[in-house]
Amino acid sequence: MASDASTRPVVLQLTGITKRFGSLTANEDVCLDLRQGEILALLGENGAGKTTLMNILFGHYVADEGTVQVGDGNGGLVALEPGSPHAALEAGIGMVHQHFTLAENLSAFDNIILGTEPLFAARVSRRQARSKLESLMERSGLTVNLDIRISSLSVGEKQRVEILKALYRDARVLVLDEPTAVLTPQESDTLFQTLKKLSDSGLGIIFISHKLAEVLASSHRIAVLRLGKKVADLPTGGCDQRQLAELMVGAKVSETIRPPQEPGAPLFVLNGIWAGQGRNAIEGVSLTLKSGEILGIAGVSGNGQTMLAKVISGVERPERGTIKLGSVDLSHANARVMIDNGIARIPEDRHHDGIVGTMTVWENLASESVRKPENQRFGLLRFAAMKERARAAIKAYDIRCQSEESPARLLSGGNIQKIVLARTLDGAPQVVLAAQPSRGLDVGATADVHRRLLEARARGAGVILISEDLDELMRLSDRIAVIHRGHLSEADPTETLDRSTLGLRMAGHSGADAA
Amino acid sequence: MIRFEPREPASLGRLVLLPVIAAVAALLLAAIPMAFAGLNVFSAYGLMIKGAFGSPFAFTEMLTRATPLILTGLAAAVAFKAKLWNIGAEGQLYAGALAAVAVGTGLIGGPAFIQIPAVVLAGALAGGLVMLGPTLLKTRLGVDEVVTTLLLNFVIILFVQMMLEGPMKDPMGMGWPQSEPITDEAALPKLMARMRIHAGLIIALVAALGVYFLMKRTVWGFEIRAVGENAAAARHAGMPVTATFIRVGLLSGALAGLAGVGEVAGLKGYLTADISPGFGYTGIVVAMLAGLSPIGVIFAALFIASIFVGADSMSRATGVSNYLADLIVAMALLCVLVSGLFLRFKVRFVGVKTVQEAAE
Repeated sequence: MASDASTRPVVLQLTGITKRFGSLTANEDVCLDLRQGEILALLGENGAGKTTLMNILFGHYVADEGTVQVGDGNGGLVALEPGSPHAALEAGIGMVHQHFTLAENLSAFDNIILGTEPLFAARVSRRQARSKLESLMERSGLTVNLDIRISSLSVGEKQRVEILKALYRDARVLVLDEPTAVLTPQESDTLFQTLKKLSDSGLGIIFISHKLAEVLASSHRIAVLRLGKKVADLPTGGCDQRQLAELMVGAKVSETIRPPQEPGAPLFVLNGIWAGQGRNAIEGVSLTLKSGEILGIAGVSGNGQTMLAKVISGVERPERGTIKLGSVDLSHANARVMIDNGIARIPEDRHHDGIVGTMTVWENLASESVRKPENQRFGLLRFAAMKERARAAIKAYDIRCQSEESPARLLSGGNIQKIVLARTLDGAPQVVLAAQPSRGLDVGATADVHRRLLEARARGAGVILISEDLDELMRLSDRIAVIHRGHLSEADPTETLDRSTLGLRMAGHSGADAA
Repeated sequence: MIRFEPREPASLGRLVLLPVIAAVAALLLAAIPMAFAGLNVFSAYGLMIKGAFGSPFAFTEMLTRATPLILTGLAAAVAFKAKLWNIGAEGQLYAGALAAVAVGTGLIGGPAFIQIPAVVLAGALAGGLVMLGPTLLKTRLGVDEVVTTLLLNFVIILFVQMMLEGPMKDPMGMGWPQSEPITDEAALPKLMARMRIHAGLIIALVAALGVYFLMKRTVWGFEIRAVGENAAAARHAGMPVTATFIRVGLLSGALAGLAGVGEVAGLKGYLTADISPGFGYTGIVVAMLAGLSPIGVIFAALFIASIFVGADSMSRATGVSNYLADLIVAMALLCVLVSGLFLRFKVRFVGVKTVQEAAE
């Protein structure tokens, strides 16, 4: 595949791209080319400069140095006007952002043709658009109900609409930023089948990822970025996970392993918890967490895990049921009480619930403990002590930032998660709730999160790990329960479970059926 | 072709410079209608500067006008920082003034060092309590505070009118709807002989420094900033979000109430229903001009006060309406809002030719 691709015409060429933000060099002298019908994976850790590079390509940013050229259709290359998404679209570059750019209140059809309609003869053009789209859907296998509102589509369907939007504009190059970050394993498989089909029909595809397995399974060629530089550009055949991980991180990577450990006494008990309404409600959830164990909670997104995490976080109060930590009743506890009782909470949406983006790193590190005596005296903040502790945390947790005075929003996702970890795990909590703790993080940052959770387990804390990543759950958890439509199954020891059993339970089959 | 490019976080220098540029731009834009009105722009601005700074009297008049604006500006700045949209400083000012008059016209006796603090406290408390209602409605029931605070302005001003026509009417007032005068012991002292400038200015400046200190150095200020920037994260981190809104509401209302205290106990000596020419609303402009910075509020209030006082003086000399002041203030607000765009984006003017060249 890859060998005959090398004779095909180049459809995109980036030469010597350099982009600086202040003192940070996001991209340095990056060269990249893409041939017709090729799937190129752009691999790199958080902050390696993948998204910046693609934003330059699409005209969101202007490179300080370097050029972007696109194929003119006759085997030649023309320069692309920098800083103009419009020009990128005109040149046949389609981009699917990680956070979708769809109008939720319009139908899929309207979203796709938005901005392409002529001012006059709209009715005729809608009919033409419709037939063009239908034939597109047929050829690509991307089927979506065009007349339904975006807000009622699933995440996977929304992504299909985004891809159709790009194809409808006659894209010859399709760029996808972290396309699988929001998908279930099954949805990811479908996506890659589609991409394969599209590339066979001549589309050049770049997808950004940090997941080694999918990169190896689905690309023709892999370009690895590290700290803004391209460190490797290899055909996929002949690469292996370990090699790629090392190229990405720039050092040897060790697999996380869960050392055997005898769990202690029951520590934290939920009994018959009801909360929320509708799709995201939980109905009669019970669980018992022992000290020194990691209890995994598996489930397809949107089956109540968000509500469960909110209840344990103290952000939502249960309507019925009890929460007990030892003999302490926490059924009506708010976030403050939860924290004061030694329950560490790592929120699912770290940008939304984990940090205050405009406040500094040191302020975010102190935000849960600002009223503790070490941070204030008579209501006055103890700046020196707070910053001192922040510097220590930045060091201990390897938070990459210019200084403790940087606004937290400027940090990458992995470093933001490290702020949350440093803040919540600092006081040696008894219970740790980790909701989707590695979602959207790269190898290095994920390994870091896993190490911290295992450390908490080793010192006798109980950890509740809510995740959609089965590999993560199987590696880390001592026991795994499955949540489906707001009901939580019994937790079984991980050794007695396998992926297909869990998959069946996630789809709603009871444990007995699966066995 | 105009192109916007996102910009790095703004430096402090840029944050300070932009309102200044906006103010200058407002003056330049206002020169256009002035020229149409047949004025010599230079002499008109000369008259305005003289009217605001030209003599000790002019200067103290300007400071007197700035006093309530600093306080209402702070009221807006503090509330907006927490994203509590208090548009009701006007009403809270009247509530403060009404309370000051109620306490300061002989309700309590005693020397000045008892009566003045009592009057000041009463005014602050009244302003704060007026804001408490909308804040509670917001936190408990999710009622939009923009609507409630705005509408309360009219309720309170009508209530003040009712009191001035009825129970609080001065029997010696020759039938005018005004309150009894504040007693000498309860009045704020004058700062200079024969000038109108009064101790309210000291209160305003201390309040500005106090708010700066509160926001910057205290746990409460930390929580106010966190709640304003991201209430969900603040709640998740265990901060008392509802209590913070209530604190901010009380503080914001109290600051506006103090503006009312200054106007009756420092300046006029009695209450009428037209004591404020919209100080509460202008406070919003002051706060926006200051970028919600408490220290910036002082300078923004001085700027707007000098425009108002200067324009009054100019209009007396030239016969052009002093509505010009409102025009300049409105221009300044627009310029500041536009400058916010420049803070976040780099604007490039690209010739059509260069675009074509780049495309080739």
